[in-house]
Amino acid sequence: MTIDWNAFTPGAALAGGALIGTAAAMFLLFNGRIAGISGVLGGLLRPAQFDATWRLAFLGGLVAAPLLYSLLGGHAGAHIDAGFGVLVTAGFLVGIGTRYGSGCTSGHGVCGLSRLSPRSLMATLSFMAAGFATVYVVRHLLGS
Amino acid sequence: MTVFAALLVGLIFGFGLLVSGMASPDKVLGFLDLAGAWDPSLALVMVGAIAVGVVGFAVARRRTVSFLGQDMKLPTSERIDLRLVIGSLLFGIGWGLVGLCPGPALVALGTGQVKALAFFLAMLAGMGAFELLEHRKSRLALKTS
Repeated sequence: MTIDWNAFTPGAALAGGALIGTAAAMFLLFNGRIAGISGVLGGLLRPAQFDATWRLAFLGGLVAAPLLYSLLGGHAGAHIDAGFGVLVTAGFLVGIGTRYGSGCTSGHGVCGLSRLSPRSLMATLSFMAAGFATVYVVRHLLGS
Repeated sequence: MTVFAALLVGLIFGFGLLVSGMASPDKVLGFLDLAGAWDPSLALVMVGAIAVGVVGFAVARRRTVSFLGQDMKLPTSERIDLRLVIGSLLFGIGWGLVGLCPGPALVALGTGQVKALAFFLAMLAGMGAFELLEHRKSRLALKTS
């Protein structure tokens, strides 16, 4: 393993992480909810839906964030390298996987680990392992 | 008030993803590429988020209602089963293919890129497929009982 020190941004990572943690704590303390993005979004697709308003407000804040961020002078462009076939496959896997697994990086990784849940630790270890393995296969075995 | 709080939380969360680099698929893939030139930054995102999160959850644990009078909806399941593991593995494969998980996918959607929209719609389809399969399972369970 070689570490890419030029790409390493510890200050920004810690500061951004603290903002994410603050958002998760606020959501719990004000709204009484877990800030799990897949759960908030997936809940909109439930047949009996009566709580769409706060869900849409939360998701709207996420979607509006890059616009506000760039108005404040930040760089908000996300460079997506993958082609459409890969994008659609990956998107579907992320959608169905996070719902069967009851959470994603936010719900299990941030909130679950923050409340020391063994279930969330297991989920986090599983998706991290699959993520590492997938990148290894794509970049080093298939060599794209 | 709860709707305004949800909007504000979404914004702060999105800013956190942008500042930390989580919203950048290149950065995420650099972190997931252990065998290449590894960028460990995103491990520190988790450290920063959990350091603050632990305090919030410790306060929340002693409360039955939120500061805005909402019921505390904390997860009750502690079950570690195949469903959890296989779901998480599928999610991890999708995450590793593109470098987007649900939060950053919504932030990317806000940058107005067609590729982000394609990913988002496929993700919704995946979630919809889950709802359909679950709905059918519960109907079958009703019939046989």
